Amino acid sequence: MAQTKGNTQPEGAPHQPFVFKVVLLGSSSVGKSSLVIRLIKNDFKEILPTMGCAFFTQMMEIDNSALKLEIWDTAGQEKYHSVCHLYFRGANAAILVYDIANKDSFQRAQNWWKELENEFSPDEIVVILVGNKTDLEDSREVTLEEGKAFAESKKLLFMETSAKLNYQVTEAFTALARELLKREEQNGGQTQQGEPRVDLKTTRIVKNKCCLD
Amino acid sequence: MEARGGVGAGSAPAPEASGDPERPFRVASAQEPAGAPGSPEACGPPRADEELPGALAEPEKEAPTHLGVHELSGQTSLEKKDNKGSKDAGRAGKMPGTGDGSQRGELAAPGPRDEEDVTAEGWRSRRKHVFVLSEAGKPIYSRYGNEEALSATMGVMMALVSFIQSGDNAIRSIYSDDRTLVFLQQGPLVLVAVSRTPQSAAQLRCELLGVHAQIVSVLTRAGVARVFERQRSYDLRRLLAGSERILDSLLDGAEREPGFLLGAVRCLPLPAPFRDSLGALLQRATAPSLAFSILAAGRHLVTAAQERAVLEDCRLDPADLHLLLNLVGASSAFRAGEVWAPVCLPRFNPDGFFYAYVSYLGDNTDYAICLVLLSTDREAFHALAGCKRIVEEGLQALGASRVLAGGGVGLPSYGVSAVGTPDLRHFLYKPFDVPDNYRQLPQFTSPEMEGPYASECERQRLFDLYYHLHGRLHSPSRPLRLIYHVAEKETLLAWVTPKFELYACFNPLVTKSGAIHAVTKLLRWVKREEDRLFIRYPPKYSTAPGPARHGPNRTDSALENGL
Repeated sequence: MAQTKGNTQPEGAPHQPFVFKVVLLGSSSVGKSSLVIRLIKNDFKEILPTMGCAFFTQMMEIDNSALKLEIWDTAGQEKYHSVCHLYFRGANAAILVYDIANKDSFQRAQNWWKELENEFSPDEIVVILVGNKTDLEDSREVTLEEGKAFAESKKLLFMETSAKLNYQVTEAFTALARELLKREEQNGGQTQQGEPRVDLKTTRIVKNKCCLD
Repeated sequence: MEARGGVGAGSAPAPEASGDPERPFRVASAQEPAGAPGSPEACGPPRADEELPGALAEPEKEAPTHLGVHELSGQTSLEKKDNKGSKDAGRAGKMPGTGDGSQRGELAAPGPRDEEDVTAEGWRSRRKHVFVLSEAGKPIYSRYGNEEALSATMGVMMALVSFIQSGDNAIRSIYSDDRTLVFLQQGPLVLVAVSRTPQSAAQLRCELLGVHAQIVSVLTRAGVARVFERQRSYDLRRLLAGSERILDSLLDGAEREPGFLLGAVRCLPLPAPFRDSLGALLQRATAPSLAFSILAAGRHLVTAAQERAVLEDCRLDPADLHLLLNLVGASSAFRAGEVWAPVCLPRFNPDGFFYAYVSYLGDNTDYAICLVLLSTDREAFHALAGCKRIVEEGLQALGASRVLAGGGVGLPSYGVSAVGTPDLRHFLYKPFDVPDNYRQLPQFTSPEMEGPYASECERQRLFDLYYHLHGRLHSPSRPLRLIYHVAEKETLLAWVTPKFELYACFNPLVTKSGAIHAVTKLLRWVKREEDRLFIRYPPKYSTAPGPARHGPNRTDSALENGL
């Protein structure tokens, strides 16, 4: 775990894992919560729509680097969107989820991308597009190519998964984590230093909101 | 006392009180049009042999004045009471194939909720239907079947409502041979219950109020109103998506949890010192904007603490707690992660949101204790997560898992045998005589359903009897204080005094004096055990008074964005 600080460990705290904040976004019932549950508990159940947001943490180890994912699983229902918006802030990564058997949800994922684009500059955030529910191959409405094409055009990571069949779920999170680590190396430990800056931004956003109201 | 007269099924006090100034229409109401206006005194002459006012000496002289909250039918009575068939309900032979099973709605295949065929006999013979529609007649919710498929039916309901409304009046209920239909309008929403259960119209109305309150708990009243102001034909299902199950579980809960009926919360029986230390723990784990802290196990309350300033404004209402626990229970199937969501407590403030932090403590699902913290600050998540860590560590230090696991078989509970009266099979006991600050949270206690009532079907039957007796005790037109009811398979006694409300179920061969003896013994037992059965002195704490003072006043900004 801690024996690897070879590459780019930032100053101090060699034992501290990297902490990354990840948000899951997508329309309702595309399987956002199911993906997290599969990752964390390796389980699958029919579950009710998420209320508001749910917060999970997951430790991972990639190439001998320990990292901690703080995952914000947001509700897909529109009534919770403003609450979820709160958790965009300071995110290091976003997982855009759509249901391969639901064209609309793919469209929604693209809209989410636009929102992210407005909030973040491309090098601020790692985004992975996930087409979930490959177990519903028979009623597929979004082809693998469509998903891939969109992801490539926007330089997103891409993966198709099935939380139900446990197909490529961990892989998707691992790919994301790997990319996060890679960026971390390039930027030389910005996450830790980034905190205060994010806080400043936070207050500004809130103020703006009030004014708009 | 008046309010108690009106307390019907579960959640809402004084359901018949139509003093709401916002309601523009006159309320036509009459349970029994002939008898109602002239009989304000509670204990009229006993009519049926099963009632026995005065058989037990009333401990208090002052008679509860039950009436007065019920607006009487000076005006037109709209209720057509073809047949008062509360006891015949469900037995009516109108339906082909209405056996004992279908009476409980078991014939209809459970299946995924939207796939039930609404034209099938199984659907028609459900025990109870609940519908929610908008004033424009748009379907919003149906307990069974897809509400979309019921557009026509709901159209008819709305036509009935508007027709009566056009005469400057409001429809309240319709009685048929075997069914009671209850209508309730709340703002832009119309709620309808169609029931074959022995529930009275007042009890059904309470249940509808509960359904409405649950919708409000997700969207706030102001939120709902605003949506329909902007667009009368708005499809509210867009905003309620996913909430159907929460309403389902609320209605299921009303069928199996006496808390709804009694308007009280069930506490987990715990040794008083242990509960006190849990309370102290909650007092210690506070954050600036925190208003309520609740530890619950399923629908059972472990302990709850409230911010002092908030307490001055309003006490936590059991109806709100039911809605909250239902919401939490229904939407956290996995008990994983920490949830952060806006929730409205309609009784506290129907127009504002609290932000609820919900987390299950401990990995052992057998004693899944749930911590619910309500804050007025939407950004308080991390502060409250800190509180949770304090609570979690505290629980560990207290060895809570050992106490709460109750010897490894689920949560602590007790059997009726603990009372030591062989004639007694089951009871519901709700005390009123409690220290003043305790009244903030009406509570009740009851033993496990055992012996003859272990099966779902029998349990339901006993509940129906409780509902029936409750309806009689709290009848808006002719309330009673004491009922001795000899039923086919058991004998029941229902008794309401200024100090308590009690429903006791005995074996069928018990004699009257035997029952009285058993009740005396039961009352003594409850008195002895009350520190274990109830939260006697709910803890309070003070946090920064500023934001909490007036409760959540930032209204539903969550909604703004969704439109």
